[in-house]
Amino acid sequence: MSIKKISKEQPDKFEFDKKNNEVAKKIIQNYPVGKQQSAVMGLLYLAQKQNDNWIPLSAMKYIAKFLDMPYIKVYEVATFYSMYNLSPVGKYFIQICTTTPCMIRGAYKLVDVCKRKISNKENNLSDDRKCSWVEVECLGACINAPMMQINDDYFEDLDENKCEKIIDQILSGKKPEPGSYKGRKNSEPENNRKTLINLKNA
Amino acid sequence: MLEDKDRIFQNLYNDGNADLKSAMSRGDWLNTKELCQKGKEWLINEIKISELRGRGGAGFPTGLKWSFAPKEIGSRQHYLVINADESEPGTCKDRDILRFEPHKLVEGCLLAAYAVGAHKCYIYVRGEYFNEGNKLQYAINEAYEKGLIGKNASGTNWDLDIYIHYGAGAYICGEETALLESIEGKKGQPRLKPPFPALIGLYGCPTIVNNVETIAVVPTILRRGGKWFASLGKKKNTGTKIFCISGNVNNPCNVEEEMGITLKELIEKHAGGVIGGWDNLKAVIPGGSSMPLLPKEICETITMDFDTLIENKSGLGTAGIVVINNDQDIIKCMARIARFYKHESCGQCTPCREGSGWMWRMLERMAKGEASREEVDMLLDVTKQIEGHTICAFGEGSAWPVQGLLRHFKKEVAKRNDFNPLVNKNRNIPYLVDQHLLEK
Repeated sequence: MSIKKISKEQPDKFEFDKKNNEVAKKIIQNYPVGKQQSAVMGLLYLAQKQNDNWIPLSAMKYIAKFLDMPYIKVYEVATFYSMYNLSPVGKYFIQICTTTPCMIRGAYKLVDVCKRKISNKENNLSDDRKCSWVEVECLGACINAPMMQINDDYFEDLDENKCEKIIDQILSGKKPEPGSYKGRKNSEPENNRKTLINLKNA
Repeated sequence: MLEDKDRIFQNLYNDGNADLKSAMSRGDWLNTKELCQKGKEWLINEIKISELRGRGGAGFPTGLKWSFAPKEIGSRQHYLVINADESEPGTCKDRDILRFEPHKLVEGCLLAAYAVGAHKCYIYVRGEYFNEGNKLQYAINEAYEKGLIGKNASGTNWDLDIYIHYGAGAYICGEETALLESIEGKKGQPRLKPPFPALIGLYGCPTIVNNVETIAVVPTILRRGGKWFASLGKKKNTGTKIFCISGNVNNPCNVEEEMGITLKELIEKHAGGVIGGWDNLKAVIPGGSSMPLLPKEICETITMDFDTLIENKSGLGTAGIVVINNDQDIIKCMARIARFYKHESCGQCTPCREGSGWMWRMLERMAKGEASREEVDMLLDVTKQIEGHTICAFGEGSAWPVQGLLRHFKKEVAKRNDFNPLVNKNRNIPYLVDQHLLEK
């Protein structure tokens, strides 16, 4: 089980802004009447997006009221799933996959780069408080290993130098291009394509 | 090798586009209405003829699963749930379907929903696939606009609504009942079976849960006929399958091939061979991390289908092939997989919750050579204590890779961890607490 650290500093109040209020109501409509509890995962995402990528306890209480369900049930969900951050993370939140398929292609070299460039320990903010990194389990892009996820985007086919460049760009406020960094197209075998050839040339 | 015209996922590498117009030019949504008009029985029967087996790992016959849904819709409405919570290490096929062939999935949803009598369909996409989910949502919106789904979907007189539900990074939610719990807004902890979801599933209603790939191949099967699909591959292991080849190969890739293709052909031909040559191969995990690994001798000849792999004490699983060569430390690789399972155990059943961490700690020490001679056998014992003693198949999933390691590489593990506990050497220490260990 993953260990969740709940931040000691908590804001007093949380409320959805106008736009998210609308979105939240729309999410609830996806589920049958009376089953609004199903929307809790979607609403936690909204709260996380609105609150700089982490969920304070007040947001959980707010969502519990919003969905008319016990606070402890929301707390349970928020602590069970690993993608909900319960303490502040960087504006740029870097997740490096280090499960076996990535590991054997050198994912720990990327971890070293992050240790050097961002912070010595995972989950700690960088000096300018913009960035933090964490080791995660399989992100489901094994054929593009090693890879990392920065906020919502996947950066694939990396190595030490490429990773360093991407992090440099982020630290200097630029937005690097997501996708494969080897120049290959998605998940095709690089320079070795034996299938669907006609379509490639079309 | 499978001919290109028999490949179902023509846009696997996104040579074309994923939008509705391009999808239609590839033949999607061509005669959905006519297919549905042939009736539920015909749909289910055609899938039974095709002998399609679920692509999510267990390999359960899809037609049979559909026939478990109640024939008449009673007071409880039926649900169709698509499992797109792909998190098995080594597997990334569903991601490409969501990105590049979303219309195959959406059309498959309509046909499957029609066959099992569902008006509501939830697609459970893993939270990390945010961009892929957006692409799927775009495809769903396109289909709504053109009236392909929604009220009177494609003119079939059948209403179907499709919703995406995002997960949040829990591997266990790939288990079907945990997935249902998660959609209900709870922790993703598996339920006891029976009752099976086909009778009591989402919100206590009859629910059919299928993998993305299973549903995405359905339209093509129905169009070209179950017999065509059954003519590919081997008996009882029919059709095509997307194989994901990752790890120490020169060109890691996804490729759609016939079931029953040899593992060696997949690696040598499509993935450009093992790094350092075939002789440098150490072992292969054939079906995602939860399937036991195979050593090089077996890899020479084995074919990739459900039954052959089971005969060799492994499994096809999700067909995520992880190639490990001699440059890697095999014990370290397995220790990392054990850590994955320790991290992802939902904590409901004691054998899995405690055992997965125990196995990981032991393997970490074994990788460093710090474990004692007895512990090698103890490790096997721990895996046996987990296997079969948990609510869901996750227990087996965490125990099998370790069993695979011990089955094929026990000598290597034992060689590295050969020391006797201190007590045996210093027999004459009177104050030794562990005296009883000496009496063997």
